[in-house]
Amino acid sequence: MDFLSKNLPYLLAGISVGGQYALIAIGYTMVYGILRLINFAHGDIFMVAGLVLIYSTTVFPLYISIPLTIIVTVILGMSIEKIAYRPLRNSPRMSVMISAIGVSYLLQNLALYITGGLAQVYPTIPFISSPITIGPATTKVVTILTPILMIILVIGLMQLINHTKIGMAMRSVSTDFETSRLMGINVNNVISMTFVIGSFLAAIGSLLYFSNYPSVIPTSGGMPGLKAFVAAVFGGIGSIPGAVIGAMLIGIVENLIKGVGWTTFSDAFTFVLLIFVLLFKPTGLFGEAATDKV
Amino acid sequence: MSDKNKNVASTGNTVGKVTSAGGPGFGNKREDGLSGRILLKVSDLKVSYGGIEAVRGISFDVPEGEIVTLIGANGAGKSSTLRSIVGLEKPSAGSITFNGMELTSMGTEQIVKNGITLVPEGRRVFVNLSVYENLRMGAYLRNDDLSKDLDWVYSLFPRLKERHWQAAGTLSGGEQQMLAIARALMSRPQMIMMDEPSLGLAPIIVQEVFDIIREINRQGMTILLVEQNANMALKAADKGYVMETGRITLSGSGMDLAENQEVKEAYLGKARK
Repeated sequence: MDFLSKNLPYLLAGISVGGQYALIAIGYTMVYGILRLINFAHGDIFMVAGLVLIYSTTVFPLYISIPLTIIVTVILGMSIEKIAYRPLRNSPRMSVMISAIGVSYLLQNLALYITGGLAQVYPTIPFISSPITIGPATTKVVTILTPILMIILVIGLMQLINHTKIGMAMRSVSTDFETSRLMGINVNNVISMTFVIGSFLAAIGSLLYFSNYPSVIPTSGGMPGLKAFVAAVFGGIGSIPGAVIGAMLIGIVENLIKGVGWTTFSDAFTFVLLIFVLLFKPTGLFGEAATDKV
Repeated sequence: MSDKNKNVASTGNTVGKVTSAGGPGFGNKREDGLSGRILLKVSDLKVSYGGIEAVRGISFDVPEGEIVTLIGANGAGKSSTLRSIVGLEKPSAGSITFNGMELTSMGTEQIVKNGITLVPEGRRVFVNLSVYENLRMGAYLRNDDLSKDLDWVYSLFPRLKERHWQAAGTLSGGEQQMLAIARALMSRPQMIMMDEPSLGLAPIIVQEVFDIIREINRQGMTILLVEQNANMALKAADKGYVMETGRITLSGSGMDLAENQEVKEAYLGKARK
């Protein structure tokens, strides 16, 4: 009991951060599921969402800039797929991956150019930034809101994938492009849809994540992006429940490590975990068996 | 349904056979016997893959309501022909018309929408989807009620009904082939093309597959069948074409080809007498 009350703030922070990682990790895992591509630009899309909110709040009130941020992020994700990945649809996977890395640097450097390299102060979003007390711990509303919102979004997403026509089409396309085309499915539209969902969730994740931080810099997407990627690999890349569980686990353990006082090692834990997963269970918790698409 | 009107408008010659009214799947049913109207016309089709010409200028027709088969050895260009009809390969020359529409400039989606469907080689069912979901994917372009068609394909393939909720990947090869055919029927095509439906199946299952092919044809469906199993294919077909290295070398009615000496030697494994 003593341990729990002492570590409750860390546990809460872990659940919250885990939820934010989960929202990013779903984007990685869905794109991988359908294109077999690690979208390295995903973390930077997340960062851009942060910057878009900052710049739009200088002009618009929050109730306009939040939806605007989500829309701009979705359009960005879709355009990246259209411009940088689609023309390489029949190229070796390595080419698309290099293209993704290129997009990642492009976004970071564009952000550097636009911000002038200065940290941009993230606006305070009322309500989600207000303090709330749970037992012995005082935290922000966002800490509680994140896991709830994440779970609602994930349930909605699973419903979409398992019980709608577009969801069925997504699952078909993820197994077989050509046969999907024979069904009359427009494969490109389905892939666009995947990027729309991934970017939408990244935008929500960005709103929640950055409200815990004072500012956004061009490399702000790097660390959360990488950790979400590890979460997706740990859960079994391609699997949405896997990504969520992986992200929650990484978020919670990281923060408990901070609670114990080993803050310096909290990031190291994530990457050691990645190494161990790759060594001993490369398909992750719920990953499909390593049969390559023929 | 526009295709009904087209059918009525067609003027027939006397070739062909009477089809009985069948399941609810076909929009192109005729009560008045068959016209022999050419549904699909392929002229001087050429298909190349990076400099290698797989199909070297072939022409053939598929009359409405008939079973037409392309037979030939591996690499003769049969699959390439089917793939270019449905837009998966771009032909380098020639024309493909279906109901008078030129298909070569259309994308696969549009071709499927116009009433052609392909049962691909190797079945290619969606292994992670249930049998029912596979059938729904077959009807992807339709927004109307599917229950009649589901009942109909389940009556053709009762074993699929038993496996309604089972993942398609857990079915046996024969069941997967049945599912692939059923899935294709769900789009209510005017013409169904099948690429080696007997491939890798036990003889008794092959027989079953061909019985089904005959049955759906009897119900009015036009079928273009590609086979290496020349014996079975020619027995079922109204008309056959023999392909060799990208060219059509022989054509005739299924019966005539089955009796043809060259065909017998090359494909039916019968020695010269």
